[in-house]
Amino acid sequence: MKPPAFDYSRPQSVDEAVRVLAALGDDAKVLAGGQSLVPLLSMRLAAPKHLVDINRLHELDYVRVDGAGRADGTVRVGALARHSRVLADQAAASAQPLLAQALRLVAHATIRNRGTTLGSIVHADPSGEMTAVLALLGGSVRVRGASGERTVPAEQFFRGPLESAVGPGELAVEAEFPVLAADSGTSFVEVARRHGDYAVCGVAALVRLGSDGTVTSARAAYLSISPTPLVLDLTDAVAAGRVADAVRGQVQPEADIHASADYRRHLAAVLTERAVREATARAA
Amino acid sequence: MRLTVNGTPHEVRIPARRLLSDCLRHDIGLTGTHVGCEHGVCGACTVLVDGMPMRSCLLFAVSLDDADITTVEGLADPEGGLSPVQQAFNDCHGLQCGFCTPGFLTTITAGLRAHPDPSEDDAREMIGGNLCRCTGYQNIVASVLRAAELQRARS
Repeated sequence: MKPPAFDYSRPQSVDEAVRVLAALGDDAKVLAGGQSLVPLLSMRLAAPKHLVDINRLHELDYVRVDGAGRADGTVRVGALARHSRVLADQAAASAQPLLAQALRLVAHATIRNRGTTLGSIVHADPSGEMTAVLALLGGSVRVRGASGERTVPAEQFFRGPLESAVGPGELAVEAEFPVLAADSGTSFVEVARRHGDYAVCGVAALVRLGSDGTVTSARAAYLSISPTPLVLDLTDAVAAGRVADAVRGQVQPEADIHASADYRRHLAAVLTERAVREATARAA
Repeated sequence: MRLTVNGTPHEVRIPARRLLSDCLRHDIGLTGTHVGCEHGVCGACTVLVDGMPMRSCLLFAVSLDDADITTVEGLADPEGGLSPVQQAFNDCHGLQCGFCTPGFLTTITAGLRAHPDPSEDDAREMIGGNLCRCTGYQNIVASVLRAAELQRARS
């Protein structure tokens, strides 16, 4: 239960980090909060030759709201912003309430003190709350490499379980979350064996109302249900009053030691109803 | 690298893969920090890093160059008097075998700074990341509430 030996670099700037990562290519792994990486190393499920520690890149420790109150506003979360910091940020919570609604369910407070929000997205764990949030909101990740910077939209970011679009020699520097539009509401609900544990199933919902108060758009994203974050458009199902049926027909969860596939499908349906109801109430 | 632990500066020469939990116990000789699951589940190894509770088994010591660490050994006052949290565990029988206790004490010490007057729900949330196999948690929840009481009486 001890991590294997590795070489270690601790760059002092993003430029230096990108240079080091480019030189090392496939041999390197980025160490941010390490709350998922260190257990993987300790259990010998991963053995990178080289760790590049980004904990001194203070320039990436920020949470910023650009264009608050504007429809095209964005909450920007730097690669070194810890979950606890993002969770406590009042401006971010009011610009996009789904962030705080989801972050309070990310592991335990002790883990949130070290783990980074962008790190959990790059880790691309199918049971990660923030992957579902990025997917539902249609956010993106800014990735820097030796040849410059690119912005990867959420629908192209998650390639598979524990596999993101960040390539060898690249560093994810920022997550972008669109602000909540007017007349919209969000909700995040999950079922875990114990509060703070990995969710057996979780649902994030985003609902938009028309001027007459009817639902004009309803979407939901899921965790612990599919290999990459699944996003469903439930607008018609909401109008027809058949949300649970629609969800049951569209999710194909797998069974594991924590839950059967049937139980997960049941949870997805029930939790979606709950999340959509709550998001609708908040939009009004 | 340099670490300040419970106010005392230490210089240690360690391989990069050394976990903070092992650095504290083996390199610095402070065995109060207990190592339970060693993959971030049980909370026994929780220490305060610059005042924030973190799992020392999920941190590489080398990453914390120049950090200020508080372990369970640093909670009592310099004359050896028990801290409010330690006294509360004593008063309420908040431990039996004691293996998980260092993690609870550090977590609750920081938790009471953020929530000086916790409700029972706050207390349960505060200790939600720590496992105890003896007490059934009831006496630990009581200890959190008692510690808050003692802390208010002392200030």
